[in-house]
Amino acid sequence: MGTAIQAPARDHRFVPAPGGWLTRLFDYKPFLVFLCLLPTVGLLTVFLTYPLGLGIWLSMTDSTIGQAGDFIGLENFQDLWDDPVFWMSVTNTIFYTTVATAGKFALGLWLALLLNNNIPFKAFLRAIVLLPWIVPTVLSAIAWWWIYSPQFSIVSYLLVDVLHLSDRYFDFLGTPWAARCSLIVANVWRGIPFVAITLLAGLQTISPSLYEAALLDGATGWQRFRRITVPLLLPILSVALTLSVLFTFSDFQLVYAITRGGPFNTTHLMATLAFQRAIPGAQLGEGAAIAVSMIPFLIVATLLCFFGVGRRKWQQGEAND
Amino acid sequence: MLITRRNTLLGSAALGASVPLVGARAAVDDVPTANVKPLQYKPEPGASLHILRPAKFVDPDETIWRANTKKFSDTTGVEVKVDLVGWEDIASQTAVVANTGAGADVIVGFGPSAHIYQSKLIDLTELGEYLGAKYGGWYQLGQIYGRKWGGKEWLGIPMGGTGGPAVYRQSWVKEAGYDHIPRDLPGFLDLCTKLQKIGHPSGFSLGHAVGDGNAYAAFLLWSHGAYLVDEKGKIALDSKETQQAMKYAVELQKTLIPGTLTWNDVGNNQAYTAGQISLTQNGVSLYYSLKNSSDPALKAIAADTMHEPMPLGVSKVRPETCLAISATVFKHTKFPNAAKEYIRFMMEAEQYGPWLEGCLGYWCQPLKAYSSMKFWQQDPKLTAYATSMDTPYYHGYKGPISAAAAAVLNNYTLVDMFASVVTGNTTPQEAAKLAARQAERYYKTA
Repeated sequence: MGTAIQAPARDHRFVPAPGGWLTRLFDYKPFLVFLCLLPTVGLLTVFLTYPLGLGIWLSMTDSTIGQAGDFIGLENFQDLWDDPVFWMSVTNTIFYTTVATAGKFALGLWLALLLNNNIPFKAFLRAIVLLPWIVPTVLSAIAWWWIYSPQFSIVSYLLVDVLHLSDRYFDFLGTPWAARCSLIVANVWRGIPFVAITLLAGLQTISPSLYEAALLDGATGWQRFRRITVPLLLPILSVALTLSVLFTFSDFQLVYAITRGGPFNTTHLMATLAFQRAIPGAQLGEGAAIAVSMIPFLIVATLLCFFGVGRRKWQQGEAND
Repeated sequence: MLITRRNTLLGSAALGASVPLVGARAAVDDVPTANVKPLQYKPEPGASLHILRPAKFVDPDETIWRANTKKFSDTTGVEVKVDLVGWEDIASQTAVVANTGAGADVIVGFGPSAHIYQSKLIDLTELGEYLGAKYGGWYQLGQIYGRKWGGKEWLGIPMGGTGGPAVYRQSWVKEAGYDHIPRDLPGFLDLCTKLQKIGHPSGFSLGHAVGDGNAYAAFLLWSHGAYLVDEKGKIALDSKETQQAMKYAVELQKTLIPGTLTWNDVGNNQAYTAGQISLTQNGVSLYYSLKNSSDPALKAIAADTMHEPMPLGVSKVRPETCLAISATVFKHTKFPNAAKEYIRFMMEAEQYGPWLEGCLGYWCQPLKAYSSMKFWQQDPKLTAYATSMDTPYYHGYKGPISAAAAAVLNNYTLVDMFASVVTGNTTPQEAAKLAARQAERYYKTA
């Protein structure tokens, strides 16, 4: 690719420059590279580096909404270190991410395998599967909030008033563990389509001839899955896993709309706690510190997903053994 | 004292315009006024004003406000633009206006804003004293929010407050053996126990509900003589009284409908509307949504609904506060006199009376004279709201009003303290310590 670009440029240089310095400037490769990168660098600076830098700066100030605040070093982080609510949000986030991601992948993969078969109304079913993902999160969160309502839950209604299987309504969100599990169920429901459709795309790229060859060799269904599907699905699996972990880790809307971190802060994720403290609570510095604390976790989680699952030689462009 | 170089006596033009309006509204006849020296500010030539206020509660809140504003423009020639801002946005917009020194000339914002941004505001002492003298004085909460902490200066002019007394079903409370909400705490617990026994439990939110949860937590504290901070703003939560409040909350929780820990601000409204609870604590909006419903079943609930103050406990006055709004004028305005004249105009009986009446009890007046307006007596269900601002209690009581009190509210510090104890997840001692620690952090930075 490099030679294709360089060749005409070199030819050009032999011709006496008709446009003078401007043409020569544009023929100067480092300048051209700089120029072409400028829009991207500009976009990244404005929309990524600046907010990130500002967030880190804010985390080291005592800013509130309404006051610029002073630099206080790492005081916010020291305070968080002694704050049981913050540590609760950290463990909640890790638990939430781990369990919800596992659930999404187990069910998503299963769904993708089902949809990959020749079934009637395939296109229609695939479209239906996407629904939880298409509905705006806040709307689905409100739907879940009604499902989990202590007074108006459809689940309680069916089990208590219709089927008479229980004599009292469920308190889905009233105790810490019930609330955490309820939130995970909602998150899994919402996350399945992404995993299923991504993995389905991966499944479609696997050549049927591999399965045919395996069939001829007398491989069982499990063997075909284990030896063909899984290895060939791994690259896309690692990407989907990374994205899914990131989405789940930084989830905000579901939790905020359903519990607001309650009961007594036991369902706060780091993202909801950061928002809670920064915006309604007006403690911008403290909120920013919580948000910044998410960064190391996110980096570790990303690296784990990407290298843990996806470290294969073919990923680095080498041949498989 | 009322005469300064900025004010003049009623001009003949203004007089001519306002006289017929006085006669036009019977409502203002109910408002007794003291014969004080009139106050009027002369708007700067070519003045125009930009006003921010919270979004309407009910339609008349906005239409009468706009009609009054138009009357002001017609009288003074000052062009006024009024923007109504969502409730959750008004605090942040006030912060932006205060910090950028640009934007609205007058903000009718939440009570604490006048204190938080006092260095950016024009002094309104003259106006505050004039209104107080003319209209029978300010209620205690009006003075607390309007005046500088520990000083005589007026930072903002309180315009109204919306309270949250006990809302209950008369028939069920009667069935439980009570004609009224008991004034004492053991009686109240007994009522709630009996309500539960007859299958109509009460419900008070300890969920993350900014309005309802904090109102209930505040009731629990104040009715036991406990408070968040002392007069100097030092955290005073870790006290014997707080422990008693938590013990009481534990007992009361046993009588409540299950699920109150998950209620957000509409949780109790929904449960009450569905007939699942007999008693809760709420603003008058719940009653009106039932009364104005086209569903006869809901209308029947409205007819059965009554409002009364929450039990006093050891408090001498009802242990409730209200969400108050105050008008403030920012120093960056080019037309301070026009701004002050606007506030004065809106607070005078000819304008304020019809507005207050039109708001149907959503707003309670901060000036005592307006409590004698007839509409307060016409519907006995409204009586409990008529004196919402007659209270020394505010969120952050007894400390100076600051941004910290709002942070405590919005972080549910007190709500969570009670919630963790009533569920048995934390001991009262630990919960109080944790809450005190959290609150301390906000009070330190404020």
